[in-house]
Amino acid sequence: MIPILQIGPLAVQFPGLLLLGGVWAATLLIERTARRNKINPDFMTNLVFVSLVVGILGARLGYALRFLDLYLAQPGALLALNANTLSPLEGLIAGLLAALVIVQRKRQPLLPILDALTPGLAVFMLAVGLAHIASGDAFGSPSNVPWAVEIWTARRHPSQIYETIAAALILWAILRLESKPGFTGSPFFSLIALHAAARLILEAFRGDSLLLFETLRGAQVVSLCVLLLALAALGRCARTSSNHA
Amino acid sequence: MRVEYVMMNQLNAWSRDRVRWRRLILIVAVLGAAWTAGSAVPAGSADGTRAPSPRAGFQAPLFSLERLGGDALSLMDLRGSVVVINLWASWCPPCRAEMPALQKVAKSFADDDLMILGIHMTAQDSEANAVAFVREYNLSFPILLDRTGAVGRLYQSRALPTTFFVDREGVIREVVVGGPLHEVALRSTIESLLQEGGS
Repeated sequence: MIPILQIGPLAVQFPGLLLLGGVWAATLLIERTARRNKINPDFMTNLVFVSLVVGILGARLGYALRFLDLYLAQPGALLALNANTLSPLEGLIAGLLAALVIVQRKRQPLLPILDALTPGLAVFMLAVGLAHIASGDAFGSPSNVPWAVEIWTARRHPSQIYETIAAALILWAILRLESKPGFTGSPFFSLIALHAAARLILEAFRGDSLLLFETLRGAQVVSLCVLLLALAALGRCARTSSNHA
Repeated sequence: MRVEYVMMNQLNAWSRDRVRWRRLILIVAVLGAAWTAGSAVPAGSADGTRAPSPRAGFQAPLFSLERLGGDALSLMDLRGSVVVINLWASWCPPCRAEMPALQKVAKSFADDDLMILGIHMTAQDSEANAVAFVREYNLSFPILLDRTGAVGRLYQSRALPTTFFVDREGVIREVVVGGPLHEVALRSTIESLLQEGGS
């Protein structure tokens, strides 16, 4: 666990640095994939950049709406560099909506764009796993397995390492898959299905699961639904492409 | 690589066959549901995440420290109140920058069940500096002296300032490493915790 990287007098948040590195690597990979798939790489870079910026703005505005009186009294707080005053869900929705609007306005076909984003998303998920190792977040449940690690006052499953290994394997599989001729939508929905399957399996070893009805792990329920939807979408894309062929 | 090629071809062929693909989805649904049910957390069982540890979701590690110019104060005695624990030192610029906001918030929530504790990292600073700092910013909330650095170690302080928001049950709900924290960020987090009501 290395939450803080001390560089001289500067204390840098290492997990944040890893995530930034993930965004950078993802953008490079997205540009490369776009070029190969004959999509304008500048369009893809702008899409990622605008979605990220709108996502961050949406996250801050989403939080501010919950405390409207405080932010109306001090609007300058909207620009504060405090990550704890961001609402991730609102940010995600805003970023996705921005991406959808851009794709629609530029009249680009959605599935090839999603396919071009896929290797970048896979790299970013690997960076998320590494960031969790650095921060100690997404920690495992207490365990006596020989490879358990001492973290947060208990010996626990090294769930961050499981997550990172799974993300690395998925990245490898996606890079193999997209190097072969396949049908449109196959890389994107395969990535979604693989990550949902990984989360469904690995959530069982997490010690910080949000529980539904005080017993079911919420992330598993959501992952199972996402996995089934992604498989259905994969089948649909495959049949559509074979009908067109 | 041949196995991989055969598997991919097989999957491609299956995905084009509506009946076979539906069967696969059904099998995945059954296996997934079984795994979800099998790995459910038994109702009411604790998995150790509430043991004391300096991170969100865990009980705040207990400590007792001497107040600047006064008697000792124990975190245990504050159970039932929302507590903001701010680790600081006088040489740390972001600590200086956020201190007026902490003082303002402490003053405006004076009538609520809120306690702001400023823990001075005395082992990395000096008591004289702490006294001068408190005078400079006219701080009215309790300043505790961590003379041995024990609380800094207990709270795994790696950067200053670090702020812990503790709910009425003594559970850390949010940790902010670094600063300065904006007054609105402080107020919004405190308001959320106060609104959760007493135990």
